Amino acid sequence: MSLRMLKSILLKIGFWALVAVLVLYAVFPFYYAVVTSLKPSSELFEVSYWVDSIDFFNYAAVLSQPTFLAAIRNSVLVAVSVVIIALLLGLTAAWALGRVRFRGRTMVMMIVLGVSMFPQVAVLSGLFEVIRTLDLYNSPGGLILSYTIFTLPFTVWILTTFMRQLPDELEEAAIVDGASPWITLTKVFMPLLWPAMVTTGLLAFIAAWNEFLFALTFTLTDTQRTVPVAIALISGGSQYELPWGPIMAASVIVTVPLVVLVVIFQRRIVSGLTAGAVKG
Amino acid sequence: MAAQESNDAPSENARYPGGNGSSRPSAEGPHRERGTRVRRQRVRAAWLFLTPMLIGLAVVAGWPLMRTFWFSLTDASLSSLGGAQFIGFENYLVFDNGWYGILADPLWWQSVWNTLYFTLISVSLEAVLGVIVAMVLNARFRGRTLVRAAMLIPWAIPTVVSAKIWAWMLNDQFGIINHMLLGVGLIDTPLSWTADASLSMWAVIMVDVWKATPFVALLVLAALQMLPSDCYEAARVDGISPVKVFFRVTLPLITPALLVAVIFRALDALRVFDVIYVLTSNAASTMTMSIYARQQLVEFQDVGYGSAASTLLFMIIALVTVVYLYLGRHRLGGGK
Amino acid sequence: MASVTLEKVNKRFGSTRVIEDVSLDISDGEFVVFVGPSGCGKSTLLRLIAGLESITHGDLMIDDTRVNNMTPPERGIGMVFQSYALYPHMSVYDNIAFGLKLAKSDRQTVDERVRQTAKILQLDGLLDRLPKALSGGQRQRVAIGRAMAREPRILLFDEPLSNLDAALRVQTRNEIAHLHERLGATMIYVTHDQVEAMTLADRIVVLNEGHVEQTGSPRELYERPGSRFVAGFIGSPKMNFLTVKARREGGAGCRISVPGMGEHVLSRQLNSDSEGGAVTLGVRPEHLKPVAATGAVGFNILNVEYLGSEAYLYLETPDGEPLVCRTEAPSAFARGERVTLDFAPHQAHLFDHEGRALPPVDASEARVSATMS
Ligand SMILES: Nc1ncnc2c1ncn2[C@@H]1O[C@H](COP(=O)(O)OP(=O)(O)OP(=O)(O)O)[C@@H](O)[C@H]1O
Ligand SMILES: [Mg+2]
Repeated sequence: MSLRMLKSILLKIGFWALVAVLVLYAVFPFYYAVVTSLKPSSELFEVSYWVDSIDFFNYAAVLSQPTFLAAIRNSVLVAVSVVIIALLLGLTAAWALGRVRFRGRTMVMMIVLGVSMFPQVAVLSGLFEVIRTLDLYNSPGGLILSYTIFTLPFTVWILTTFMRQLPDELEEAAIVDGASPWITLTKVFMPLLWPAMVTTGLLAFIAAWNEFLFALTFTLTDTQRTVPVAIALISGGSQYELPWGPIMAASVIVTVPLVVLVVIFQRRIVSGLTAGAVKG
Repeated sequence: MAAQESNDAPSENARYPGGNGSSRPSAEGPHRERGTRVRRQRVRAAWLFLTPMLIGLAVVAGWPLMRTFWFSLTDASLSSLGGAQFIGFENYLVFDNGWYGILADPLWWQSVWNTLYFTLISVSLEAVLGVIVAMVLNARFRGRTLVRAAMLIPWAIPTVVSAKIWAWMLNDQFGIINHMLLGVGLIDTPLSWTADASLSMWAVIMVDVWKATPFVALLVLAALQMLPSDCYEAARVDGISPVKVFFRVTLPLITPALLVAVIFRALDALRVFDVIYVLTSNAASTMTMSIYARQQLVEFQDVGYGSAASTLLFMIIALVTVVYLYLGRHRLGGGK
Repeated sequence: MASVTLEKVNKRFGSTRVIEDVSLDISDGEFVVFVGPSGCGKSTLLRLIAGLESITHGDLMIDDTRVNNMTPPERGIGMVFQSYALYPHMSVYDNIAFGLKLAKSDRQTVDERVRQTAKILQLDGLLDRLPKALSGGQRQRVAIGRAMAREPRILLFDEPLSNLDAALRVQTRNEIAHLHERLGATMIYVTHDQVEAMTLADRIVVLNEGHVEQTGSPRELYERPGSRFVAGFIGSPKMNFLTVKARREGGAGCRISVPGMGEHVLSRQLNSDSEGGAVTLGVRPEHLKPVAATGAVGFNILNVEYLGSEAYLYLETPDGEPLVCRTEAPSAFARGERVTLDFAPHQAHLFDHEGRALPPVDASEARVSATMS
């Protein structure tokens, strides 16, 4: 009897210990970045697990750099435009793929799925040429264009999954009411799909916000960079003198919005991720 | 296929799965059914609605890919893309008093090996850890939502940022990891994680596992939450130990979801770029196929050679995908 | 308002024939009900008329115009769906107005029509609500309102009451009947509930495996089912069927011998197939009169079901075939007792081995007296 109680208590302790370890593992690096970013530069090189005195010097340093502010502006512009474009093209495509049966549908689905598996490097040289031809090199436009390669396929995929779940009779009712496909999509389905659109939009936003390879390759000057590139390229006098304080401050600045979004919308994000993957 | 045409919208969706695939008998006579006006209108609209997306994909994916294939057969350089000359397979392999070309480049072979090594180790670790995390998140306890949100944080942090944070934590002189390890006495001199060729791959794997485990965990968790509870009750009634239940009941049931997560992760890992670029730059010990290709393309401006490397990477990933789809289909076919 | 004509309409899904050679004339203002067992093609036929499915073969005419190639709004139909299919994000007003707006009516007309429709259906106070804030019956009325707001020539209903509870079903049924009277529109209504069919229909179309088994007024179908299928389908509880031997009797009638019920003479014409062979006797439970039996003759009462207004006796023939018999409640009989049964010959039906009803000798001679042996 008491042995069993002991066992259950031990199990409980073990479980909570596991939870604690996992949470620590997940959160600690970010926490440590925050701690580092708040330290005055004099204490930077002494390891400590919490902040003794808060010093916003690093933040001030980062935010007073015009190139970093430009990078934030570029990132926001690019990510928002990418979300809008992906949702627009994704919604119409998802209606076609999710609600109409036609010859060639499977092929289109395969193409979409195939593109989502492209390694970015594989299109790098070709895309570089396209972007130069369109005169979009070293401008947010080039990034917006190139980011559709990874945002569009999963947007289409996830929205198609959600589109399929809408009842058939609803669409038939619209047809009987005389609604064209476009009206059905915009007036009947879109208002019902907004949770799905929030989810996909969020995923597209995160993907665009975090992208690095294209941003690194298709931009040249400091004023055209996005945040990840800006952070990656912050450098000191030599490789061994990286300004860790400002780097951590910058990291925290660009991550906090995402972390807030993720915590608020975690349910939606999870549903989007699983909808996209389970159907795949 | 013919049956697809005769089915009408929108009831065609999944309502009668048996309805498709059966072919129309030829005895039907001259009156071929053309579908209702509504249906024809819908099919037309479907193509119209697909057009922007298809054009988009053609511009950013199809055409560039073709160009990459083409460049790989030329001597194009970044400054003179237009003036590229066709040189056949010389970028891949050529004999000119010794073998030259990518396939004769030991660095490329090392990058292939590094990529595979990285993929295998990191994805395996992510799968195991992902299942553990999912099991924990699936348990009912107070604060579960909060813990789940915490688990998502690594996934949300931009890769570049997480690489920077870890680079700082792994810093050889002032890094907290060395500090901890020294503190508990596991090592007696600081390790230079990112610079030491024997350690840097592990540093990269560590960061990738940290970042990608939540994704695997979420997919597995979704599968766990769909499991029927009666299996467990039956097992509990039969007095089977929890460990056995996990391996006999839970694991087989979540395997499909786990496989999906693993393939997604594997495809990501095979084309890994950002973490490694930020953490160890172009070091040979962690050079992957993407890093190699980009280095040739952009830094050495050798578009022809770099495109050949990109093409090979594309082929490898396509091969993995095809094998996976093939196996997946066989598994499904056998299971149903 | 409009008439609807189907001429040899066929529908296939791939290689499965779902509707076979259905020809039907529905006149202006008629209330026609399609009934039949599940999967017989009722919904498909309705959707063919609506224009939601394409007709594989045959012609569909509305008011003498061939409409095979027209869209639902062009055909001038309104449809009420089984699941209501209200637009969840639109208020009642917008649900009803949606089709009108799409038809490019001007604002004032839309508003007038919506309010008028709402008034007819007693939805006046609910116009600003969202569908999720409505009860099942109210949603049903909104669905009807949406279908009729454009003043379609034909109103189609696909099992509109099947999601309502019993009491509401009766009420809404009455409302639909009332609406038909008031609008005078042609209505086609699908159900598998024969009470709905009997109470609502001017004419019932019984479908079986994709073809029309019989059409007729409820009374015709009840009194003169053309086949064993229809006889079994219309009426509740189901008609009793017994296999009996028949031979020609006198001029045109026939004599049958029913195990446990003696011999009866019916004024039905035997055809050459059934002469001397086995035919099926059909008698409705309400037409069987039980009499307490003495001795070992008669039927065993297996169970007595008390329903308040009436009671059912569940019996078994000596051959082990089940029989149901309706009596007034409370029943004079109890389980385990034995009864003999009697019926009036003009209320009995005979079917040949293919299930076709054997025709009466002559309408005027229908009441030939029965003899008990
Ligand atoms: N799109 C389709 N593809 C293939 N078969 C179909 C399709 N739609 C209907 N069927 C088949 O046609 C037959 C008739 O279906 P229908 O929906 O008309 O039946 P129903 O009489 O309305 O039945 P219920 O009373 O259950 O609603 C069924 O056997 C069904 O499986
Ligand atoms: Mg039906």
